[in-house]
Amino acid sequence: MPAIAAEDAKRFFTLFNIVSATIIIVGIVITILRFTKGLGAVTHLSDDNPWGLWIGFDLLVGVALAAGGYVTSAAVYLFGMKKYHSAVRPAVLTGFLGYALVVLALNYDVGRPWRLPYPFIMQQGTTSVLFEVGACVALYLTVLFLEFVPAPLEWLGLKRVRQLVVKLTLALTVLGVLLSTLHQSSLGALFLLAPSKLHPLWYSPYLPVFFFVSSIVAGLSMVIFESTLSHRYFGHKMDATHLSEKESVTLGFGKAASLVLAGYFIIKIMGLAAGNNWHFLGTAYGYWFLLEVAGFIALPSFLYAVGVRNKDLALIKWTAAWTVIGIILNRLTVSLIAFNWQLPSPRRYFPHLMEIAISIFIVTLGIVVFRFIVTRMPILYEHPAYKDAK
Amino acid sequence: MSVSRRKFLGWMGAAGMGAAAGRSALAAGNKHFEGHPGSFGVLHDVTRCVGCRSCEAACNEVNGLQAPDRPFTDLNVLAEKRRTTVKAYTVVNKYDVPGKASPLFAKTQCNHCLEPACASACFVRAFQKTGTGAVTYDHSVCVGCRYCLIACPFDIPTYEYNEALTPRVMKCTLCYPRISKGQLPGCVEACPMEALTFGKREDLIKIARERMREYPGRYVDHIYGETEMGGTSWMYISSVPFSQVGMREDLGVTPAPQLTSGALAAVPIVAGLWPVLLMGIYAISKRKETIFQQELDSIREAAQSQRKEDV
Repeated sequence: MPAIAAEDAKRFFTLFNIVSATIIIVGIVITILRFTKGLGAVTHLSDDNPWGLWIGFDLLVGVALAAGGYVTSAAVYLFGMKKYHSAVRPAVLTGFLGYALVVLALNYDVGRPWRLPYPFIMQQGTTSVLFEVGACVALYLTVLFLEFVPAPLEWLGLKRVRQLVVKLTLALTVLGVLLSTLHQSSLGALFLLAPSKLHPLWYSPYLPVFFFVSSIVAGLSMVIFESTLSHRYFGHKMDATHLSEKESVTLGFGKAASLVLAGYFIIKIMGLAAGNNWHFLGTAYGYWFLLEVAGFIALPSFLYAVGVRNKDLALIKWTAAWTVIGIILNRLTVSLIAFNWQLPSPRRYFPHLMEIAISIFIVTLGIVVFRFIVTRMPILYEHPAYKDAK
Repeated sequence: MSVSRRKFLGWMGAAGMGAAAGRSALAAGNKHFEGHPGSFGVLHDVTRCVGCRSCEAACNEVNGLQAPDRPFTDLNVLAEKRRTTVKAYTVVNKYDVPGKASPLFAKTQCNHCLEPACASACFVRAFQKTGTGAVTYDHSVCVGCRYCLIACPFDIPTYEYNEALTPRVMKCTLCYPRISKGQLPGCVEACPMEALTFGKREDLIKIARERMREYPGRYVDHIYGETEMGGTSWMYISSVPFSQVGMREDLGVTPAPQLTSGALAAVPIVAGLWPVLLMGIYAISKRKETIFQQELDSIREAAQSQRKEDV
């Protein structure tokens, strides 16, 4: 008996479990603080800096990095790239979890989270870009749920319902792309209202376009990045189809990312020219802008292209990770680093440790749930009873 | 300027009529809007302000705000630049201007934009530009997203970060409850220097111009707030450029709602066009596949019949 208990304990107390459990406990403690003492007790938010890490990272980065869902399902179901089919389920799952966590994070950030449905049920503030964001995110979360739900239904053996939902695939994909176009771009459009606060190098009437195009980049790169991680940790769960398609997914998505990044680079330069902001390039913010455009847009576009030409999968994977970092930096720049750039430094924002802890807590929750699902449901392999799924 | 009670009530009536007639314009829109007819405002003459903080004290009192950290009689607080807080809807700051023997003082509070950025930003319409000119806030619907704080070009709204369950946005209401009863805003009533003039916005512009004409060389030839961000109900005149008394001169004349109206206008276009385009792409890829399959079949057929012939 004791031997078995020790064995069980050993299986349970893995490094992953210990670390994630610690983070989750810390997260719960801060959650209690947040809802008993208010935002002031756990954040560095202020009247000058009403949006901090929870908007900059959890919302803006979260939504951008969850773009893999609509990008992949559009490629497979609308553009007819069936050879990437095995990438759809992991991408949709990541998208669904990503959006669910964004909404969870919003519950921490807004003052009275139980009123989040108010814009829809009480008074509609349709002049607000945030209204559009809220409506699209709420609808898209539903779409992602419906796109994801066949996997748990197969796991639970609910054939009938699954057939019904699968029939919706095409409509859901179209709706998903439509809603993603709208809210990915509106997250950028949120800042159109603050021309006097956002640095001119990032403020542009094209902000919505920048956000939308870069979300495609983020989606493509995340699919590559994540499939690398999944292969390392859940490789044993992948079936032959998934393993054989994996390489073509990396190459195909790498190629697409290279092209979209090239387009993104061009419109970023057009934005710079349209705003006639060249003179800012010599300032500290200018160097930051150049680093972003040269180092995180032009460079990965080139590296992706080289990787695809030489079939260098390792290079493509590293480039994907690099591009993801670039997207994170871009969203943080627009919302935090280049925002309030004219305020003196004592009035600027730097996140509180507890804000960072909550962000880590939310990401950890995502990983734990992802792990739970992937090890149980047919995500990385096709369920033997449902081979018909195209 | 002195305002008799009778005159004031007359204006109130006019403002009420205006509000009743123009109800559709209460919310922020993207058409050019010159303010509700007969709506009120305040003109702040920076040259008259002596920095006594009487307005701050009166504001605190009439709005029932929390007690200040330091008493209103303590003028040492003027040593540092302050902004509005949850405890202070208005603050007076001191500015040492090069070439001027004595410092200048400027009062900050909600400017009550004609087309407010906060109202345009709010996704529950908690803010309203009322017919009186006051921009009011309804905490009973507020979700607490703080987009209004992001949007305000004047850095005015503040937030009760230390309230766990009932945080509100806090900002000057132009003493909406008082002016609705025919009283003056608390700060205006308290000002001993008549640095604040309450009245109809169109009259205030005339008064400002009149002062500029009357005292040549005393004022900069600009009424701050006449056109800034599409115009505000609270306006300023000053003897020095406004940037020297803590006001931004780079805000432009575009009302806030116009900054996002283009992006919002794209929504129905995307919603209408995308499904058509996407289904078109789907149809093309589907057709390609069908043709491919047909060709494959015909090749197979040909091969089969070839084989038959051979046999």
